[in-house]
Amino acid sequence: MLEVLVDPFAEFGFMRRALVGCIAVSVGATPVGVFLMLRRMSLTGDAMAHAILPGAAVGFLVSGLSLGAMTIGGLIAGMAVALLAGFVTRATALREDASLAAFYLISLALGVLIVSTRGSNVDLMHVLFGTVLALDDNALILLCTIASVSLLTLAVFFRPLVLECADPQFLRSISGLSAITHFVFLTLVVLNLVAGFHALGTLMAVGIMILPAAAARFWTTGIGGLLIAAALIAVISSVAGLLLSYYFSLPSGPAIILVAGVFYTLSLLLGPVGSLAASSRRGPSLQT
Amino acid sequence: MIIRRTLLASISALAAIGLTCGMATAADDKKLAVVATFSILGDMVGSIGGDHIKLTTLVGPNGDAHVYQPVPADARAVSEADLLVVNGLAFEGWLDRLVDASGFSGMRLVATDGIEPLPFEEEGDHDDEKHGDDHADHKDDDHAGHKDDDHAEHKDDDHGHKDDDHAEHKDDDHAGHKDDDHHGHDHGAFDPHAWQSIEAAMVYIDNITAALSKADPAHASSYYQNRAAYVAELTALETELRTMFDALPEDARTVVTPHDAFGYFADAYGLKFLAPQGISTESEASAADVAKLIRQIRAEGIKGVFVENVADSRLLEQIANETGAVIGGSLYSDALSESDGPASTYLDMMRHNARTLAQALSS
Repeated sequence: MLEVLVDPFAEFGFMRRALVGCIAVSVGATPVGVFLMLRRMSLTGDAMAHAILPGAAVGFLVSGLSLGAMTIGGLIAGMAVALLAGFVTRATALREDASLAAFYLISLALGVLIVSTRGSNVDLMHVLFGTVLALDDNALILLCTIASVSLLTLAVFFRPLVLECADPQFLRSISGLSAITHFVFLTLVVLNLVAGFHALGTLMAVGIMILPAAAARFWTTGIGGLLIAAALIAVISSVAGLLLSYYFSLPSGPAIILVAGVFYTLSLLLGPVGSLAASSRRGPSLQT
Repeated sequence: MIIRRTLLASISALAAIGLTCGMATAADDKKLAVVATFSILGDMVGSIGGDHIKLTTLVGPNGDAHVYQPVPADARAVSEADLLVVNGLAFEGWLDRLVDASGFSGMRLVATDGIEPLPFEEEGDHDDEKHGDDHADHKDDDHAGHKDDDHAEHKDDDHGHKDDDHAEHKDDDHAGHKDDDHHGHDHGAFDPHAWQSIEAAMVYIDNITAALSKADPAHASSYYQNRAAYVAELTALETELRTMFDALPEDARTVVTPHDAFGYFADAYGLKFLAPQGISTESEASAADVAKLIRQIRAEGIKGVFVENVADSRLLEQIANETGAVIGGSLYSDALSESDGPASTYLDMMRHNARTLAQALSS
């Protein structure tokens, strides 16, 4: 049994690299996902992923398959959308969801336009659906750096972030940190999506960010528990997804996200906190 | 009311513009308008048609015709075309929708008509040199003569030779394939990359010449002249490639490429190509595919790992890293290079690929 789990990683360097990359993304992105969920911004992650895609595409068109150019392009596009949306929200009557949607759609359309006018070289969707099996040294260093920076920043901003989740009005009334916290947090979202995009592709990167967080919600209520449970679920999903891809010839990225999806579904049905099972246990007592 | 009037006016203005545009292009050139789907076909059509045709190529140099997204300009080119040259064998999956949408009413030529298509194969293990010698016989009389008789001859003997081993393939290999094969999902039953064999390219050329002559009989003699010159070049290239690959030792004939584009090349010159990505660039490699490939590279001591101009090379670089194999260079599989590149014509492409392969394999 143990051999089944260990052998692929022992025999093949590319499996070890994929594992390291996935763990880095899991550890870095899931805490961000937990805060996104707690702040009811889960779909913001999705919007930001779309906003990154054109930036990375432009980076690719300018200097080919370069890790640096695609990372910087993605960061610039993502940050521009996040900052503009944040600014519009704070300065005008438009709510955050609407302004974010507006800016990411503009960014997406701009990216598609640029790509089309430059003609189709190596099909861009292939490049943008990063493959976790082809992580080179530079990509791994980038993923681990982003995960470390993300964790350290979260540690520094942990209190204001939790406060902002629980009672944003209160935080705004006692401290000027509210706006800074918000922008730092959005930066982390963009950073982690860019990291995830190198390993899993832009769309799958949102999956590893949000699904474990949503699954963890059915197991515990404390913020510490949520963070640990989510990271754990993400890491287990990564390992299981890679092994499934290895033994059953499945594409790796979708396999990983689908395992996370299975975790979510099981948690939704059976988890001890607020799941279907939990509410049906409570159900009869409410009726009487 | 005013709005409605403006609308009506602008619509009729648009219609008028459309009409004049249509008339202008019709009057502009009396040349035969030919559309080829991708750069390699375009080069062949251009070589035969010369100055007598107005050629449009839809998927340009370095473009991947497996997953191309047509733009409105393509639909316009197709709608105005007298002759549309496609590869066939389900290579251009996006083409039918484009043709339907454009209202194309001209002649459609499938360039692979009359070749013996290879069925899909995972390994591409054609063990033999089977038509090495019969091909040599053919060259002398075959391609020098005129089209009518030698085309028939071509089909009978040249390809007849392959018939038995193909029948075999179809029975077991091919049938077994459909079930477990996750590659090439929306492609037909055959490998479409037929231009990778010069023998098949002769058929392409014959088909193109015949279609051009039929669509534009006035210049038929010129087309046949161009064909004769082109076939002479193909024949010379074939001899060159054959000498090159016959010299290779038996145990150094396996190479790795990103996607399975070289089935016909392998078949013609007794090489073996392995690929993590399968027959179309659309499919995504799984960990199992990559692991299998790495085991095979290690076990057989494969030296030649190559990247392609239309496929993502990152995975191959990782595989080369892990096995100690060296990236032997870049091959042009489904598209030509830009005009200043090493493979700007079909002939240059075949020569470049062959030299790159032979050099890496013989070192």
